[in-house]
Amino acid sequence: MALNRVLDIAGSALNAQSQRLNTTASNLANAGSVSGDPNQVYRARNPVFETVPFENDATEFSVFPDRNAATYGVRVTGIEESQVPLTQRYAPEHPQADENGNVYVTNVNTVAEMVNMISASRAYQSNIEIMTTTKELLVQTLSIGRG
Amino acid sequence: MQTDPLAQHGKALALRAERNEVLATNLANADTPGYLARDFDFSAALSGATNQLSTLPIARTDSGHINPDAGAIDTQTALAWRVPTQPSVDGNTVETDVEQAEYAKNVIGYQASLTFLNQKIAGLRLAIRGQL
Repeated sequence: MALNRVLDIAGSALNAQSQRLNTTASNLANAGSVSGDPNQVYRARNPVFETVPFENDATEFSVFPDRNAATYGVRVTGIEESQVPLTQRYAPEHPQADENGNVYVTNVNTVAEMVNMISASRAYQSNIEIMTTTKELLVQTLSIGRG
Repeated sequence: MQTDPLAQHGKALALRAERNEVLATNLANADTPGYLARDFDFSAALSGATNQLSTLPIARTDSGHINPDAGAIDTQTALAWRVPTQPSVDGNTVETDVEQAEYAKNVIGYQASLTFLNQKIAGLRLAIRGQL
């Protein structure tokens, strides 16, 4: 049934967006963290989204015989670390400073992460909205002919 | 003469449900880079489906014949890309507000078809019983 698939599609989006919120929270928590070893500094990470086709479950009642061409969900294919260069700061008094007195600051951009968070939560909300509406439609459809 | 009195609203309902899927796909992929929003012309699809209903049925003498009552629409020709008003850098053409408006309209249409169907069933029931 077609409406069930709407729940799958919106569900896949909820999953992807919540992973995005998760990485954003992780980035914000590590904002401003420093280390004396540039390889150990936390780097901002972001999920990579990709459209994913569902299995073709077309029946003789389907409007589109090839339903894969019509509907896609979304999934996270991987988490990418930001390639923005780290900031090097001269701080000889810092306990983690290297032998030259330098520490390396994480490349988390707090403003960009806040924007990311708002975008992800808006997208999450709109997909929740879709699921709620679809649920109501399904309930109404189940009671066809009762009135 | 159409044999099934509920067929037309059933078709409309099925089409609305399929369009709900397409619009939900667009909204789910609102943040996917390179995703192109799609949609189909509902009234064209519906008139295509109802034309198939109103014409005289074609005899199927072999299982290999296409079922004319299935009302199948070729996905490749029926689905079209949405033209965005504001293109974005990542190549995504989903505009959430446009999609949400279309989705809301489509849901209203679905509920309207449900209401018509319910009224038709109520009418049939009245005709069968012969009393209120």
